Amino acid sequence: MIWVDTIVQGILLGGLYALFAAGLSLVFGIMRLVNLAHGDLIVLAAFLILTVVNLLGLSPFVAVLIAAPVMFAVGWALQTYVLNRVLGDDILPPLLVTFGLSVVIQNGLLEGFSADSQKLSAGPIEAASLPLGPITVGVMPLLTLISAVAVIFALNQLFYRTKLGRAFRATSDDAVTAGLMGIRPRNVFAIATGIAMVVATIAALYLGIRANFDPSIGPARLIYAFEAVIIGGLGSLWGTLAGGILIGVAQALGAAVNPEWQILAGHIAFVLVLLIRPRGLFPRAND
Amino acid sequence: MSLLTLDHVSKSFGALKVTDAVSFEVAPGEALGIIGPNGAGKSTLFNLITGNIAPDEGRVLFDGVDVTRKPPMSRVAAGIGRSFQIPQPFTHLSVFENLLVAANFGGGHHGHHAGEFCMDILDRTGLAGVADATSGGLSLLQRKRLELARAMATSPKLILLDEIAGGLTEAECGALIDTIKSIHAEGTAIIWIEHVLHALTSVVERLMVLNFGKMLMIGEPDEVMASPEVKEIYLGIEV
Repeated sequence: MIWVDTIVQGILLGGLYALFAAGLSLVFGIMRLVNLAHGDLIVLAAFLILTVVNLLGLSPFVAVLIAAPVMFAVGWALQTYVLNRVLGDDILPPLLVTFGLSVVIQNGLLEGFSADSQKLSAGPIEAASLPLGPITVGVMPLLTLISAVAVIFALNQLFYRTKLGRAFRATSDDAVTAGLMGIRPRNVFAIATGIAMVVATIAALYLGIRANFDPSIGPARLIYAFEAVIIGGLGSLWGTLAGGILIGVAQALGAAVNPEWQILAGHIAFVLVLLIRPRGLFPRAND
Repeated sequence: MSLLTLDHVSKSFGALKVTDAVSFEVAPGEALGIIGPNGAGKSTLFNLITGNIAPDEGRVLFDGVDVTRKPPMSRVAAGIGRSFQIPQPFTHLSVFENLLVAANFGGGHHGHHAGEFCMDILDRTGLAGVADATSGGLSLLQRKRLELARAMATSPKLILLDEIAGGLTEAECGALIDTIKSIHAEGTAIIWIEHVLHALTSVVERLMVLNFGKMLMIGEPDEVMASPEVKEIYLGIEV
C-alpha cells in the first residue's frame, strides 16, 4: 500500500511540473523559441504574488488574479520589444538573449528581495487532507494537479476551438504564409508569450505555497519543465502533462527508496525515455 | 483608375537585377497573364506586389494607395490575395480551418458568416468532401485547389496565381480553369503566372512577357505570341 501512496503523491507532484512546463511548451510549439529564462520568470511571478500579498494583505489565491494580468503584460512586452527582434532562422540569438535575461532576472530579484527564502502562506488549507480510499492526499497537491489539468484543457480549447488558436497554429506552421493570410505573426507571438506568463503565474502560486523559494531557484525549475516538455513530445500539451507526471512519479519512487535519490530518479527517467523514444511519448504527427 | 500600378519597380539580389524598372497597370476586374523563362523574375514580381520583398526602387500602388512600404498583412486586408507555386497549406490545420484563418484575418469575415463563406468556396473549388481532412495529407491537385480556395477566402480584389496549373493532368487543369473563370466573371482582377499557355490564354485579356527581370512586351495574347522576339526568347524557336 505504501507504493500506491508513493505513486499517487508522485502524480500529484507531477501536476506542479506540468504547470512549470505548460508555458514553455506553448511558446516552443508556436514560435520554436526555447526560453531559458522560463524558470526565472516563474520565480519573478512568485515574488510578484508575494508583493501583492504583503502590500494588500490578500490571500495568495486572490493576489494571483492581480499578478496574472501584470505577468501577461510582462510577457507581451518581452516578446514585442526583445524576443521578436531575435527570432529567425538562427536559433542561437534567442538562446543567448533568454540566457542573459535569466541572469538579469536572478540578480534583479536578489537586489530587490535579498537571498532570503520566502514562502506564500495559504492558511489552514496547506495542512488539510482528504481520505481517498486507503490513502490520504493533501488538498493543496490535489488542487495543483486539478489546476494543471484545467490549464492544459483550457489551452487545448484555445488552440483548437478559437480564432486566436487557429492563428497560433497557422503561424506555427508557416509564419510567412500566415502573414499573407492577414495574420500579424509578431502580435500572435506577443499574445502567446503573454498567455505563457499567465500560466507561469499559476505555476508560481503553487510553487510558492508548496515550498520555499528564493531568487536562485529558477534554473532548476527550468530543467524540470524542459524534461516534461521533451518527454511528452515537443508541441503536445497533453504530452507535457504526461511528462510532468512521469517525472513526479519517478522522483517519488526514487525518494521512497532513498531520499537522496529523488532528483536523480527524475533525471534518469528522462534519459530512459529519450533512449527508448527520442521524439517523446506523443510527438506531433508530421514535424 | 487602375487597381494595381507598378511604377519603375526594381529589385536586385546582389549583382543580379531580378526586377528591372518594371511598370504596368492592372484595371479592376482585368485578367493579366505573365509568361517568361525560368529565372525571369516572375515569382519575385509577385513577392514585390504582396510585400514579401521590398523594392530597391519604384512604387507599388494598390486601389489608389501607395503600398510600397506596407507589410504583407496590410496588403491582404486591402485586397491582394495570393496562391503559391509550391502549395504551402498550414499542414496541422484542416482544409476548412485553412480557409477560416484566411477569411478571419485576411477577408475580415467573422462568426457564422465566415464559416458559410468558407464552405461556399470549398464547394466551388471541389474541396467540400475533404473539408475536415488535415491538409498535410492532400494530393497535389487538392493542394493546388486549396491554394486557390485560400486565396479566395481573403476576399481579394486582385488574386495572384503562381503556376497553379503546373503538374496537373489535362482533365484536372480543365476543372481548375473553370473555377478561375468563375472568379474572373465575378469581377475579381487576376494576375496569373503560368507555363501552361492554353490554360492562360483561355482566361486572360492581356499577356506580359518577362525576361531577365525586364518587361519585354505587354498586349493582347495573340499579338504577343505572334511576336518573333517572344517566340525566340520564350519558346526557344530560332527565327
